[in-house]
Amino acid sequence: MAEKNNTNPYKANLEIFSETLQRLALNDENIVAVTSDSRGSGKLVPFGKKFPKQIIEVGIAEQNLVGVAAGLASCGKKVFAVSPACFLTARALEQIKNDVAYSDNPVNVIGISAGVSYGALGSTHHSLHDYAVLRAIHNIIVVAPADNFETEMAIELAAKTKQPIYLRFGKKPMPPLKVVNDDVFAFGKGRVIIEGDDVAIIATGETVYPALQAAAKLQSEGILATVISMHTIKPLDTQLLQELAIKCKAIITVEEHSVNGGLGEACASFLLQNQFSKPFKIIGLPDEYTVTGSQQEIFNHYGISKDGIAATVKTLLEKILVPV
Amino acid sequence: MTTKELQQKSVVYRKKILQYITKAKSGHTGGSLSSTDIINVLYNDVLNTTPQNFSSPDRDRYIQSKGHCVEALYVVLADKGFFPEEDLNTMCQYKSHYIGHPTKKVKGVEQNTGALGHGLPLCVGTAIAAKMDERNYKVFTLLGDGELPEGSNWEAALSASHYKLDNLCAIIDKNNLQISGTTADVCNTDPLDKKFESFGWAVKTINGNDVEELRAAFNSLPFEKDKPSVIIANTIKGKGVSYMENEMKWHHGVPTKEQYELAQLELDNALTLL
Repeated sequence: MAEKNNTNPYKANLEIFSETLQRLALNDENIVAVTSDSRGSGKLVPFGKKFPKQIIEVGIAEQNLVGVAAGLASCGKKVFAVSPACFLTARALEQIKNDVAYSDNPVNVIGISAGVSYGALGSTHHSLHDYAVLRAIHNIIVVAPADNFETEMAIELAAKTKQPIYLRFGKKPMPPLKVVNDDVFAFGKGRVIIEGDDVAIIATGETVYPALQAAAKLQSEGILATVISMHTIKPLDTQLLQELAIKCKAIITVEEHSVNGGLGEACASFLLQNQFSKPFKIIGLPDEYTVTGSQQEIFNHYGISKDGIAATVKTLLEKILVPV
Repeated sequence: MTTKELQQKSVVYRKKILQYITKAKSGHTGGSLSSTDIINVLYNDVLNTTPQNFSSPDRDRYIQSKGHCVEALYVVLADKGFFPEEDLNTMCQYKSHYIGHPTKKVKGVEQNTGALGHGLPLCVGTAIAAKMDERNYKVFTLLGDGELPEGSNWEAALSASHYKLDNLCAIIDKNNLQISGTTADVCNTDPLDKKFESFGWAVKTINGNDVEELRAAFNSLPFEKDKPSVIIANTIKGKGVSYMENEMKWHHGVPTKEQYELAQLELDNALTLL
C-alpha cells in the first residue's frame, strides 16, 4: 500500500464519476448534468462534448443550479447537479433543503473537490460542514465513496434511486481498498475492508485509505484492527456499528470533516443511545481555523494519516489496559 | 368562460379566502386578495391542468413562488375539483396537509414552496425539461414584488433568457407592499420592466386585477419568440375589501368577526353589481 505519487496508476474518484456518467448517458437520454461553470473542475468536458443536449450550464450561480436541477428532476430527468462541495452545500443549502429534499425531487447533488481537496485555497474552498448540515435535513442520503469501485457503484446506484442523494469526493487518485471488489454495494451498508478484534476504525471517503495504512502498521505491532468504509453517513449502518461495538475493544472514526456533526458524532450518538459504552475517539478537523496546505499536509497535520491514526488507536487502547 | 363569469369567480374566491383565513385564524390575507384574479384566470382560462391529467407529463405547470399566499391557490384548486372544498376547514390545524404554504401533499400543488426566490429556478428547470423532451406544456410562476430582492430570482432570470425559454411565463403580483413597508421603501426594485428587458425577457405591464387584461396577456404568450415572458401585474393588496386595500397591516392580518361580516357584505354587493 505504498504511495505512488509520481507514477500514480490510480484514478481520482472524480474521474470515475465522469466516466461512469458518460457510460450511463450512452444508453439513457434522461441522464442530465447541471453545472455552475464547473464542467472543467467536474471533469465533464468529455460528457458535454458527447452529450451536448444533456448538460445544462447555469454559470456561477449555485442556488439556481440546485433549483433548476430540482425542476428537471420533477420532470423525470436523472439529474446530477455538480459543483464544488464548499459552495453547493453552503450557498445552495436552502435549495437542497426545500427544492430537493422537502419537495422530494430526486436530484443527485454532487459535491466535487470536497473536504480539504482545495487545501491551499483556504476555508472558503473547504467543505467541512456538509455532513453535519445534511444529516439534519430529512430525505437526503449522504455518501462519501472511498475508492474508484465505490464511486462507480454509487453513481450507478444514484442514477437508479428515486430519492435525493448527496455524493462527495475529492480529486486525488485513490488506490483500491481491495484487490478484488466483490462486495455488494448498497447505500447504508458499510464495507468491511479488513477484520480484527482489537479496534474498529470506521472511516469514510478519502480517509479510509490512511485508516487502512494505519491498520497495516498496527498489525505489525500486534494490534488487529477492523477497517470499515462507512461510505454512507446517512442513513448510517447501525447494524454493522452494533456488531463492531460488541466485537471490538475500542472504536475510532475518521473523516475529512469537522469533528462536529459528522460521521463520528453520528456513530457516538447511536452507540450511547443504545447502551454501548466503548472507548471512542473521533478523528477529523478540529473546531479551529483550518491550517492550509495540500490535502495530504492537512491530513498529516491533524493526524488523518497512517501514523496519526495508529498513534490515536494506541493511545486509546492504552487507556483500556491502564485504567485511570 | 366569459369575462363576467371570471369576474364572478374572483369575488366568490375572495369570499372563500376570507372565510377560511378567518376560520383558521391564520393566513396571508392581503397578498391572497391581490393575486386572486391572476390565479383565477390561470386555472379557469389558461392552464390545461386538471385533477384528471395531473400526472400527465404534458400538463401545464404552475409553481407558486410566493407560497405564503396559498389561501388563494387552495380555494381555486378546490373549485377546480382537485380536492373537496370542505378539506379547507382543517387549514393550519394540527396534522392538516392544508398548511400555510403549498405542499405536494395537497393534490394540484407542483412543488413545496414558501421560502422566497425558489419558484423561478424550479420553473427554469421544468421549462428546460419541456424543451429537451419536445413537449408543448407551458410553465408559470407567480412572484411577489417583495420577493424580487432574492438573488436567486435574477440567477434564474439569466438562465431563462440564456436558454430561450419562451415556454416560461413569470407573473409578478406587483402590489407594492410587503411586511414592513412599501417595496419602494424596503428595497426599491423599480423599474421592473427595464430590469427584466435588460435580462433578456419580453415584458408586458397590465392591471393584474382585471381579468380581461390578464386573459389578453396570457393569450399572447409567448410575447416574443425565443424569450421568456414576464407579466408585471399591477395589483392592489387586499383587493376587494375596502378597509384592507393598500393597508400594510393586512399582509397577514386576520379579520375579527365584525370585520369578516363587513368584508362578506362588501363582496356580496360586488357580486350583485356584476
